[in-house]
Amino acid sequence: MSDTLNLTLKVWRQKNAGTPGKFVEYPAKNIPTDCSFLEMLDIVNETLVQQNIEPIAFDHDCREGICGMCSLVINGVAHGPERATTTCQLHMRHFKDGDTIYVEPWRVGAFPLIKDLIVDRSSYDRIQQAGGFITARAGSAPDANSVPIPKQNADSAMDAAACIGCGACAAACPNSSAMLFVAAKVSHLALLPQGQPERTRRALKMVTTMDKEGFGNCTNYYECEAVCPAEIKSSFISMLNREYAFAAVRDGVSVI
Amino acid sequence: MCFSVRPYGRPDVTTVKAIISFYQSSIGKKWIVALTGLVLVGFVTGHMIGNLQIFLGQEPINKYATFLQGLGELLWVIRGVLFACLGLHIVTTVLLTIQNAAATPQKYAVTKSQAATIAAKTMAISGTIILAFLIFHLLHFTAQTIHPEWQGWHDAEGRHDVYSLVIVGFQNPLATGFYLLGVFLLCMHLSHGIQSFIQTLGLRSRKIADPLTTASPYLAGLLFLGYAAIPVASILGILKPLH
Repeated sequence: MSDTLNLTLKVWRQKNAGTPGKFVEYPAKNIPTDCSFLEMLDIVNETLVQQNIEPIAFDHDCREGICGMCSLVINGVAHGPERATTTCQLHMRHFKDGDTIYVEPWRVGAFPLIKDLIVDRSSYDRIQQAGGFITARAGSAPDANSVPIPKQNADSAMDAAACIGCGACAAACPNSSAMLFVAAKVSHLALLPQGQPERTRRALKMVTTMDKEGFGNCTNYYECEAVCPAEIKSSFISMLNREYAFAAVRDGVSVI
Repeated sequence: MCFSVRPYGRPDVTTVKAIISFYQSSIGKKWIVALTGLVLVGFVTGHMIGNLQIFLGQEPINKYATFLQGLGELLWVIRGVLFACLGLHIVTTVLLTIQNAAATPQKYAVTKSQAATIAAKTMAISGTIILAFLIFHLLHFTAQTIHPEWQGWHDAEGRHDVYSLVIVGFQNPLATGFYLLGVFLLCMHLSHGIQSFIQTLGLRSRKIADPLTTASPYLAGLLFLGYAAIPVASILGILKPLH
Protein backbone atom coordinates (compact mmCIF):
# COMPACT_ATOMS: atom_id res chain seq x y z
CA MET A 1 0.00 0.00 0.00
CA SER A 2 1.26 3.40 -0.87
CA ASP A 3 0.76 6.47 1.28
CA THR A 4 -2.39 8.45 0.91
CA LEU A 5 -3.10 12.16 1.10
CA ASN A 6 -6.04 14.25 2.19
CA LEU A 7 -6.22 17.45 0.25
CA THR A 8 -8.49 20.44 -0.24
CA LEU A 9 -9.15 21.42 -3.85
CA LYS A 10 -10.32 24.83 -4.92
CA VAL A 11 -11.53 24.18 -8.44
CA TRP A 12 -12.73 26.72 -10.99
CA ARG A 13 -16.30 25.80 -11.94
CA GLN A 14 -17.97 27.56 -14.84
CA LYS A 15 -21.00 26.25 -16.71
CA ASN A 16 -20.08 27.87 -20.01
CA ALA A 17 -18.36 30.91 -21.49
CA GLY A 18 -21.45 33.07 -20.96
CA THR A 19 -21.91 32.29 -17.25
CA PRO A 20 -19.57 33.73 -14.64
CA GLY A 21 -17.46 31.10 -12.90
CA LYS A 22 -16.27 30.70 -9.33
CA PHE A 23 -14.01 28.57 -7.17
CA VAL A 24 -15.70 25.65 -5.44
CA GLU A 25 -14.02 23.77 -2.61
CA TYR A 26 -13.91 19.97 -2.71
CA PRO A 27 -12.18 17.61 -0.31
CA ALA A 28 -9.93 15.01 -1.96
CA LYS A 29 -9.67 12.19 0.53
CA ASN A 30 -7.44 9.10 0.57
CA ILE A 31 -5.56 10.02 -2.59
CA PRO A 32 -2.73 7.52 -3.22
CA THR A 33 0.61 9.25 -3.79
CA ASP A 34 1.11 7.03 -6.85
CA CYS A 35 -1.83 8.77 -8.58
CA SER A 36 -1.30 11.30 -11.32
CA PHE A 37 -3.00 14.66 -10.89
CA LEU A 38 -5.68 13.65 -13.40
CA GLU A 39 -6.29 10.34 -11.64
CA MET A 40 -6.76 12.34 -8.44
CA LEU A 41 -9.41 14.39 -10.25
CA ASP A 42 -10.99 11.11 -11.46
CA ILE A 43 -11.27 9.96 -7.84
CA VAL A 44 -12.81 13.29 -6.80
CA ASN A 45 -15.23 13.08 -9.73
CA GLU A 46 -16.28 9.57 -8.65
CA THR A 47 -17.32 10.91 -5.27
CA LEU A 48 -19.04 13.90 -6.89
CA VAL A 49 -21.06 11.59 -9.16
CA GLN A 50 -22.08 9.51 -6.13
CA GLN A 51 -23.34 12.69 -4.49
CA ASN A 52 -25.23 13.64 -7.65
CA ILE A 53 -22.96 16.63 -8.27
CA GLU A 54 -21.86 17.43 -11.81
CA PRO A 55 -18.26 16.13 -12.18
CA ILE A 56 -15.41 18.57 -12.85
CA ALA A 57 -14.80 18.89 -16.59
CA PHE A 58 -11.13 18.76 -17.62
CA ASP A 59 -9.23 17.96 -20.80
CA HIS A 60 -7.16 14.81 -21.18
CA ASP A 61 -6.34 12.19 -23.77
CA CYS A 62 -3.20 10.05 -23.88
CA ARG A 63 -2.19 10.51 -20.23
CA GLU A 64 1.35 9.69 -21.35
CA GLY A 65 2.61 13.25 -21.60
CA ILE A 66 2.76 13.39 -25.39
CA CYS A 67 -0.61 14.44 -26.77
CA GLY A 68 -0.78 17.98 -25.39
CA MET A 69 -4.39 17.68 -24.35
CA CYS A 70 -4.16 18.09 -20.59
CA SER A 71 -3.85 21.56 -19.18
CA LEU A 72 -4.62 23.11 -15.73
CA VAL A 73 -2.90 25.85 -13.82
CA ILE A 74 -2.08 24.23 -10.47
CA ASN A 75 -1.32 26.62 -7.61
CA GLY A 76 -0.43 29.34 -10.10
CA VAL A 77 1.84 27.25 -12.33
CA ALA A 78 0.82 25.85 -15.71
CA HIS A 79 1.07 22.02 -15.58
CA GLY A 80 1.92 22.25 -11.88
CA PRO A 81 5.10 22.48 -9.83
CA GLU A 82 7.30 19.91 -11.62
CA ARG A 83 9.47 21.15 -14.49
CA ALA A 84 9.16 19.58 -17.95
CA THR A 85 6.08 17.64 -16.88
CA THR A 86 2.54 17.66 -18.20
CA THR A 87 -0.34 17.62 -15.73
CA CYS A 88 -1.06 13.96 -16.56
CA GLN A 89 2.51 13.03 -15.64
CA LEU A 90 2.47 15.07 -12.43
CA HIS A 91 2.23 12.67 -9.52
CA MET A 92 0.56 13.33 -6.21
CA ARG A 93 3.75 12.45 -4.30
CA HIS A 94 4.84 16.03 -5.08
CA PHE A 95 2.10 17.29 -2.75
CA LYS A 96 1.88 17.14 1.02
CA ASP A 97 -0.94 15.88 3.19
CA GLY A 98 -3.30 18.74 4.05
CA ASP A 99 -2.31 20.90 1.06
CA THR A 100 -4.83 23.25 -0.49
CA ILE A 101 -4.56 23.17 -4.26
CA TYR A 102 -5.98 25.82 -6.57
CA VAL A 103 -6.93 24.42 -9.97
CA GLU A 104 -7.65 26.92 -12.74
CA PRO A 105 -8.12 26.70 -16.51
CA TRP A 106 -5.71 28.34 -19.00
CA ARG A 107 -6.73 32.01 -18.76
CA VAL A 108 -5.95 33.35 -22.20
CA GLY A 109 -8.30 35.54 -24.22
CA ALA A 110 -7.56 33.53 -27.36
CA PHE A 111 -8.47 30.27 -25.54
CA PRO A 112 -12.16 30.86 -24.77
CA LEU A 113 -13.48 28.79 -21.90
CA ILE A 114 -15.83 25.94 -22.78
CA LYS A 115 -16.61 24.49 -19.38
CA ASP A 116 -14.94 24.37 -15.95
CA LEU A 117 -11.27 23.66 -16.72
CA ILE A 118 -11.67 23.08 -20.47
CA VAL A 119 -10.71 25.80 -22.91
CA ASP A 120 -10.92 25.95 -26.69
CA ARG A 121 -7.38 25.82 -28.06
CA SER A 122 -8.38 25.77 -31.74
CA SER A 123 -6.60 29.12 -32.17
CA TYR A 124 -3.35 27.10 -32.04
CA ASP A 125 -4.74 24.83 -34.77
CA ARG A 126 -5.49 27.86 -36.95
CA ILE A 127 -1.95 29.19 -36.47
CA GLN A 128 -0.60 25.76 -37.44
CA GLN A 129 -2.88 25.61 -40.49
CA ALA A 130 -1.68 29.04 -41.61
CA GLY A 131 1.83 27.78 -42.32
CA GLY A 132 3.04 24.94 -40.13
CA PHE A 133 3.39 22.47 -42.99
CA ILE A 134 5.60 21.64 -45.97
CA THR A 135 4.76 20.72 -49.52
CA ALA A 136 5.83 17.14 -50.06
CA ARG A 137 5.55 15.14 -53.25
CA ALA A 138 3.10 12.31 -53.18
CA GLY A 139 4.14 8.82 -54.15
CA SER A 140 6.56 6.31 -52.73
CA ALA A 141 8.67 7.20 -49.72
CA PRO A 142 12.02 8.81 -50.66
CA ASP A 143 15.28 7.14 -49.69
CA ALA A 144 16.26 7.78 -46.13
CA ASN A 145 18.98 10.44 -45.83
CA SER A 146 18.69 11.38 -49.50
CA VAL A 147 18.65 15.02 -48.39
CA PRO A 148 21.78 15.86 -46.38
CA ILE A 149 21.04 17.79 -43.19
CA PRO A 150 23.75 19.04 -40.80
CA LYS A 151 23.55 17.10 -37.55
CA GLN A 152 23.25 20.28 -35.48
CA ASN A 153 20.28 21.48 -37.55
CA ALA A 154 18.59 18.11 -37.30
CA ASP A 155 19.04 18.17 -33.51
CA SER A 156 17.75 21.73 -33.15
CA ALA A 157 14.80 21.02 -35.44
CA MET A 158 13.98 17.99 -33.33
CA ASP A 159 14.16 20.09 -30.14
CA ALA A 160 11.65 22.52 -31.64
CA ALA A 161 9.48 19.74 -33.01
CA ALA A 162 9.05 18.40 -29.47
CA CYS A 163 6.32 21.04 -28.95
CA ILE A 164 3.02 19.28 -28.20
CA GLY A 165 0.90 22.42 -28.63
CA CYS A 166 -0.63 22.21 -25.15
CA GLY A 167 -0.88 25.99 -24.72
CA ALA A 168 1.01 26.19 -21.42
CA CYS A 169 3.31 28.87 -22.90
CA ALA A 170 0.43 31.26 -23.56
CA ALA A 171 -1.21 30.28 -20.27
CA ALA A 172 1.92 31.06 -18.25
CA CYS A 173 2.65 34.29 -20.11
CA PRO A 174 1.49 37.41 -18.25
CA ASN A 175 0.76 38.83 -21.74
CA SER A 176 -0.97 35.68 -23.04
CA SER A 177 1.58 35.51 -25.83
CA ALA A 178 1.79 32.41 -28.02
CA MET A 179 5.33 33.19 -29.16
CA LEU A 180 6.97 30.02 -27.81
CA PHE A 181 4.48 27.83 -29.68
CA VAL A 182 4.81 29.78 -32.92
CA ALA A 183 8.60 29.93 -32.49
CA ALA A 184 8.78 26.15 -32.11
CA LYS A 185 6.65 25.53 -35.21
CA VAL A 186 8.41 28.11 -37.40
CA SER A 187 11.94 27.14 -36.27
CA HIS A 188 11.34 23.42 -36.64
CA LEU A 189 10.64 23.75 -40.36
CA ALA A 190 12.97 26.69 -41.04
CA LEU A 191 15.92 24.60 -39.84
CA LEU A 192 15.30 21.81 -42.35
CA PRO A 193 15.79 21.80 -46.13
CA GLN A 194 12.26 20.45 -46.59
CA GLY A 195 10.89 23.61 -45.00
CA GLN A 196 12.63 26.10 -47.28
CA PRO A 197 10.05 26.60 -50.11
CA GLU A 198 7.47 28.04 -47.69
CA ARG A 199 9.93 29.66 -45.30
CA THR A 200 8.99 33.31 -45.94
CA ARG A 201 5.28 32.72 -46.24
CA ARG A 202 5.25 30.50 -43.15
CA ALA A 203 6.82 33.08 -40.82
CA LEU A 204 4.57 35.87 -42.10
CA LYS A 205 1.33 33.91 -42.08
CA MET A 206 1.80 32.19 -38.75
CA VAL A 207 2.69 35.44 -36.98
CA THR A 208 -0.18 37.29 -38.69
CA THR A 209 -2.59 34.56 -37.60
CA MET A 210 -1.18 34.64 -34.07
CA ASP A 211 -1.86 38.39 -33.89
CA LYS A 212 -5.32 38.01 -35.43
CA GLU A 213 -6.29 35.37 -32.88
CA GLY A 214 -5.72 37.95 -30.15
CA PHE A 215 -2.62 36.60 -28.42
CA GLY A 216 -0.46 39.18 -26.65
CA ASN A 217 3.07 40.32 -27.39
CA CYS A 218 6.21 38.74 -26.00
CA THR A 219 8.05 40.94 -23.50
CA ASN A 220 10.77 38.39 -22.72
CA TYR A 221 9.60 37.26 -19.30
CA TYR A 222 10.61 33.67 -20.19
CA GLU A 223 7.78 32.26 -18.06
CA CYS A 224 6.82 30.09 -21.07
CA GLU A 225 10.19 28.36 -21.16
CA ALA A 226 9.94 27.60 -17.43
CA VAL A 227 6.61 25.77 -17.70
CA CYS A 228 6.98 24.14 -21.13
CA PRO A 229 6.55 20.37 -20.68
CA ALA A 230 8.54 19.79 -23.89
CA GLU A 231 11.36 22.09 -22.73
CA ILE A 232 11.21 24.33 -25.80
CA LYS A 233 13.92 26.96 -25.31
CA SER A 234 13.17 30.68 -25.47
CA SER A 235 16.11 31.05 -27.87
CA PHE A 236 13.66 29.73 -30.50
CA ILE A 237 11.65 32.92 -29.91
CA SER A 238 14.78 34.85 -30.80
CA MET A 239 15.01 32.77 -33.95
CA LEU A 240 11.36 33.53 -34.76
CA ASN A 241 12.01 37.27 -34.27
CA ARG A 242 14.82 36.98 -36.83
CA GLU A 243 12.81 34.76 -39.20
CA TYR A 244 9.88 37.15 -39.18
CA ALA A 245 11.98 40.27 -39.77
CA PHE A 246 13.89 38.66 -42.65
CA ALA A 247 10.63 37.35 -44.11
CA ALA A 248 9.10 40.84 -43.90
CA VAL A 249 12.13 42.33 -45.66
CA ARG A 250 12.07 39.64 -48.37
CA ASP A 251 8.34 40.24 -48.76
CA GLY A 252 8.71 44.02 -48.87
CA VAL A 253 11.61 44.36 -51.26
CA SER A 254 11.12 41.34 -53.49
CA VAL A 255 11.17 42.29 -57.16
CA ILE A 256 9.87 39.08 -58.63
CA MET B 1 8.00 48.07 -55.08
CA CYS B 2 6.72 44.89 -56.49
CA PHE B 3 4.06 44.35 -59.08
CA SER B 4 4.26 41.05 -60.84
CA VAL B 5 3.70 37.47 -59.84
CA ARG B 6 5.15 36.79 -56.44
CA PRO B 7 6.37 33.38 -55.41
CA TYR B 8 3.92 33.09 -52.58
CA GLY B 9 0.85 34.78 -53.92
CA ARG B 10 0.62 38.20 -52.29
CA PRO B 11 0.47 40.37 -55.42
CA ASP B 12 -1.11 43.30 -53.61
CA VAL B 13 1.81 43.80 -51.24
CA THR B 14 3.86 46.90 -51.90
CA THR B 15 6.89 48.07 -49.96
CA VAL B 16 4.87 50.72 -48.14
CA LYS B 17 2.20 48.19 -47.23
CA ALA B 18 4.89 45.79 -46.07
CA ILE B 19 6.37 48.43 -43.76
CA ILE B 20 2.94 49.24 -42.33
CA SER B 21 2.08 45.60 -41.81
CA PHE B 22 5.49 45.05 -40.20
CA TYR B 23 4.74 47.78 -37.67
CA GLN B 24 1.23 46.43 -37.13
CA SER B 25 2.58 43.00 -36.27
CA SER B 26 3.56 41.97 -32.78
CA ILE B 27 7.15 41.17 -33.72
CA GLY B 28 7.53 44.30 -35.88
CA LYS B 29 6.66 46.50 -32.91
CA LYS B 30 9.13 44.62 -30.75
CA TRP B 31 11.84 45.27 -33.34
CA ILE B 32 11.07 48.99 -33.17
CA VAL B 33 11.25 48.94 -29.36
CA ALA B 34 14.53 47.00 -29.50
CA LEU B 35 16.19 49.18 -32.17
CA THR B 36 15.17 52.47 -30.52
CA GLY B 37 16.20 50.99 -27.16
CA LEU B 38 19.59 50.12 -28.62
CA VAL B 39 20.11 53.72 -29.77
CA LEU B 40 19.10 54.99 -26.33
CA VAL B 41 21.39 52.51 -24.54
CA GLY B 42 24.18 53.78 -26.79
CA PHE B 43 23.39 57.34 -25.74
CA VAL B 44 23.20 56.44 -22.05
CA THR B 45 26.62 54.75 -22.25
CA GLY B 46 28.24 57.61 -24.17
CA HIS B 47 26.69 60.22 -21.87
CA MET B 48 28.08 58.41 -18.83
CA ILE B 49 31.60 58.21 -20.26
CA GLY B 50 31.44 61.91 -21.20
CA ASN B 51 30.21 62.87 -17.73
CA LEU B 52 32.95 60.95 -15.95
CA GLN B 53 35.45 63.47 -17.37
CA ILE B 54 34.37 65.64 -14.46
CA PHE B 55 36.81 63.62 -12.34
CA LEU B 56 39.65 64.83 -14.59
CA GLY B 57 38.99 68.40 -13.42
CA GLN B 58 37.38 71.60 -14.65
CA GLU B 59 39.40 72.01 -17.87
CA PRO B 60 38.53 68.71 -19.68
CA ILE B 61 34.80 68.70 -18.87
CA ASN B 62 34.29 72.36 -19.81
CA LYS B 63 36.23 71.80 -23.03
CA TYR B 64 34.05 68.76 -23.78
CA ALA B 65 30.85 70.72 -23.08
CA THR B 66 32.01 73.59 -25.29
CA PHE B 67 32.79 71.09 -28.05
CA LEU B 68 29.28 69.58 -27.82
CA GLN B 69 27.65 73.03 -27.84
CA GLY B 70 29.85 73.98 -30.82
CA LEU B 71 28.36 71.20 -32.95
CA GLY B 72 25.60 73.65 -33.90
CA GLU B 73 23.07 72.15 -36.32
CA LEU B 74 24.60 68.69 -35.91
CA LEU B 75 23.77 68.83 -32.20
CA TRP B 76 20.13 69.39 -33.09
CA VAL B 77 20.20 66.52 -35.57
CA ILE B 78 21.54 64.24 -32.83
CA ARG B 79 18.93 65.54 -30.38
CA GLY B 80 16.23 65.05 -33.02
CA VAL B 81 17.24 61.44 -33.62
CA LEU B 82 17.35 60.73 -29.88
CA PHE B 83 13.94 62.30 -29.28
CA ALA B 84 12.47 60.44 -32.25
CA CYS B 85 13.82 57.17 -30.83
CA LEU B 86 12.49 58.01 -27.39
CA GLY B 87 9.07 58.91 -28.82
CA LEU B 88 8.83 55.74 -30.93
CA HIS B 89 10.03 53.64 -27.99
CA ILE B 90 7.33 55.06 -25.72
CA VAL B 91 4.45 55.05 -28.25
CA THR B 92 5.22 51.49 -29.33
CA THR B 93 5.54 50.10 -25.80
CA VAL B 94 2.26 51.79 -24.85
CA LEU B 95 0.56 50.12 -27.86
CA LEU B 96 2.07 46.74 -26.91
CA THR B 97 0.99 47.14 -23.28
CA ILE B 98 -2.59 47.96 -24.28
CA GLN B 99 -2.70 44.89 -26.54
CA ASN B 100 -1.23 42.70 -23.81
CA ALA B 101 -3.84 43.81 -21.30
CA ALA B 102 -6.58 43.06 -23.83
CA ALA B 103 -5.15 39.59 -24.53
CA THR B 104 -5.66 38.54 -20.91
CA PRO B 105 -9.25 39.43 -20.00
CA GLN B 106 -9.35 37.25 -16.90
CA LYS B 107 -6.48 37.06 -14.42
CA TYR B 108 -5.49 34.01 -12.40
CA ALA B 109 -6.50 33.84 -8.75
CA VAL B 110 -3.07 32.42 -7.95
CA THR B 111 0.08 33.15 -9.92
CA LYS B 112 3.51 31.88 -9.09
CA SER B 113 6.20 33.48 -11.17
CA GLN B 114 8.78 30.99 -12.46
CA ALA B 115 11.25 33.11 -14.39
CA ALA B 116 10.33 36.77 -14.76
CA THR B 117 12.62 39.22 -12.95
CA ILE B 118 11.40 42.24 -10.97
CA ALA B 119 12.99 44.44 -13.64
CA ALA B 120 10.99 42.67 -16.37
CA LYS B 121 7.72 42.99 -14.48
CA THR B 122 8.15 46.70 -13.75
CA MET B 123 9.27 47.94 -17.19
CA ALA B 124 6.18 50.15 -17.65
CA ILE B 125 6.44 51.72 -14.18
CA SER B 126 10.20 52.22 -14.31
CA GLY B 127 9.85 53.64 -17.83
CA THR B 128 7.24 56.18 -16.74
CA ILE B 129 9.30 57.39 -13.77
CA ILE B 130 12.40 57.58 -15.97
CA LEU B 131 10.47 59.84 -18.38
CA ALA B 132 9.51 62.15 -15.49
CA PHE B 133 13.14 62.12 -14.34
CA LEU B 134 14.35 62.87 -17.87
CA ILE B 135 12.14 65.96 -18.10
CA PHE B 136 13.43 67.20 -14.72
CA HIS B 137 17.02 66.40 -15.71
CA LEU B 138 16.75 68.36 -18.97
CA LEU B 139 15.25 71.37 -17.16
CA HIS B 140 17.90 71.05 -14.45
CA PHE B 141 21.14 70.73 -16.45
CA THR B 142 20.40 71.17 -20.17
CA ALA B 143 17.91 74.05 -20.36
CA GLN B 144 18.86 75.23 -16.82
CA THR B 145 15.35 76.64 -16.39
CA ILE B 146 15.46 75.78 -12.70
CA HIS B 147 18.68 77.78 -12.15
CA PRO B 148 18.85 80.49 -14.87
CA GLU B 149 21.83 82.12 -13.05
CA TRP B 150 24.02 79.14 -14.06
CA GLN B 151 24.08 80.38 -17.63
CA GLY B 152 26.27 83.31 -16.56
CA TRP B 153 28.97 81.08 -15.01
CA HIS B 154 32.23 80.96 -16.95
CA ASP B 155 35.68 79.61 -16.27
CA ALA B 156 39.01 81.43 -16.73
CA GLU B 157 39.02 80.58 -20.47
CA GLY B 158 35.57 82.13 -20.87
CA ARG B 159 33.93 78.73 -21.37
CA HIS B 160 30.59 77.89 -19.77
CA ASP B 161 31.52 76.48 -16.33
CA VAL B 162 29.70 73.17 -16.57
CA TYR B 163 32.11 71.69 -14.01
CA SER B 164 30.92 73.98 -11.20
CA LEU B 165 27.23 73.99 -12.05
CA VAL B 166 27.04 70.19 -12.06
CA ILE B 167 28.69 69.99 -8.62
CA VAL B 168 26.54 72.82 -7.21
CA GLY B 169 23.46 71.18 -8.75
CA PHE B 170 24.25 67.93 -6.97
CA GLN B 171 24.87 69.60 -3.62
CA ASN B 172 21.09 69.91 -3.32
CA PRO B 173 20.05 66.67 -1.56
CA LEU B 174 16.56 66.66 -3.14
CA ALA B 175 17.92 66.98 -6.68
CA THR B 176 20.56 64.34 -5.95
CA GLY B 177 17.98 62.01 -4.41
CA PHE B 178 15.74 62.23 -7.46
CA TYR B 179 18.76 61.84 -9.73
CA LEU B 180 19.89 58.68 -7.94
CA LEU B 181 16.36 57.26 -8.04
CA GLY B 182 16.03 58.08 -11.75
CA VAL B 183 19.39 56.55 -12.61
CA PHE B 184 18.69 53.48 -10.47
CA LEU B 185 15.37 52.87 -12.24
CA LEU B 186 17.02 53.53 -15.60
CA CYS B 187 19.63 50.87 -14.88
CA MET B 188 16.99 48.44 -13.62
CA HIS B 189 15.06 49.10 -16.85
CA LEU B 190 18.25 48.35 -18.79
CA SER B 191 19.05 45.17 -16.85
CA HIS B 192 15.99 43.73 -18.62
CA GLY B 193 16.40 45.88 -21.70
CA ILE B 194 19.97 44.90 -22.62
CA GLN B 195 19.30 41.16 -22.81
CA SER B 196 15.86 41.89 -24.24
CA PHE B 197 17.02 43.70 -27.38
CA ILE B 198 19.45 40.88 -28.13
CA GLN B 199 16.54 38.41 -27.86
CA THR B 200 14.23 40.57 -29.98
CA LEU B 201 16.77 41.26 -32.71
CA GLY B 202 17.15 37.52 -33.12
CA LEU B 203 20.70 37.28 -31.78
CA ARG B 204 20.11 35.17 -28.66
CA SER B 205 21.13 31.61 -29.34
CA ARG B 206 21.01 28.82 -26.81
CA LYS B 207 24.77 29.13 -26.30
CA ILE B 208 24.68 32.77 -25.22
CA ALA B 209 21.27 32.72 -23.50
CA ASP B 210 22.55 32.02 -20.00
CA PRO B 211 25.70 34.20 -20.02
CA LEU B 212 23.60 37.02 -21.43
CA THR B 213 20.95 36.77 -18.74
CA THR B 214 23.71 36.78 -16.13
CA ALA B 215 25.71 39.62 -17.67
CA SER B 216 22.80 41.99 -18.31
CA PRO B 217 22.30 43.10 -14.67
CA TYR B 218 26.08 43.51 -14.22
CA LEU B 219 26.31 45.79 -17.26
CA ALA B 220 23.39 47.80 -15.91
CA GLY B 221 25.07 47.90 -12.48
CA LEU B 222 28.24 49.25 -14.07
CA LEU B 223 26.22 52.05 -15.69
CA PHE B 224 24.63 52.81 -12.33
CA LEU B 225 28.03 53.09 -10.60
CA GLY B 226 29.26 55.41 -13.34
CA TYR B 227 26.23 57.65 -13.06
CA ALA B 228 25.99 57.60 -9.26
CA ALA B 229 29.68 58.48 -8.80
CA ILE B 230 29.27 62.16 -9.73
CA PRO B 231 26.37 63.13 -7.43
CA VAL B 232 27.81 61.09 -4.56
CA ALA B 233 31.25 62.69 -4.98
CA SER B 234 29.61 66.13 -5.15
CA ILE B 235 27.50 65.74 -2.04
CA LEU B 236 30.40 64.24 -0.06
CA GLY B 237 32.61 67.18 -1.04
CA ILE B 238 35.11 65.09 -3.04
CA LEU B 239 34.29 67.28 -6.05
CA LYS B 240 34.29 71.01 -5.20
CA PRO B 241 32.78 73.81 -7.29
CA LEU B 242 35.24 76.48 -8.47
CA HIS B 243 32.66 79.18 -9.04
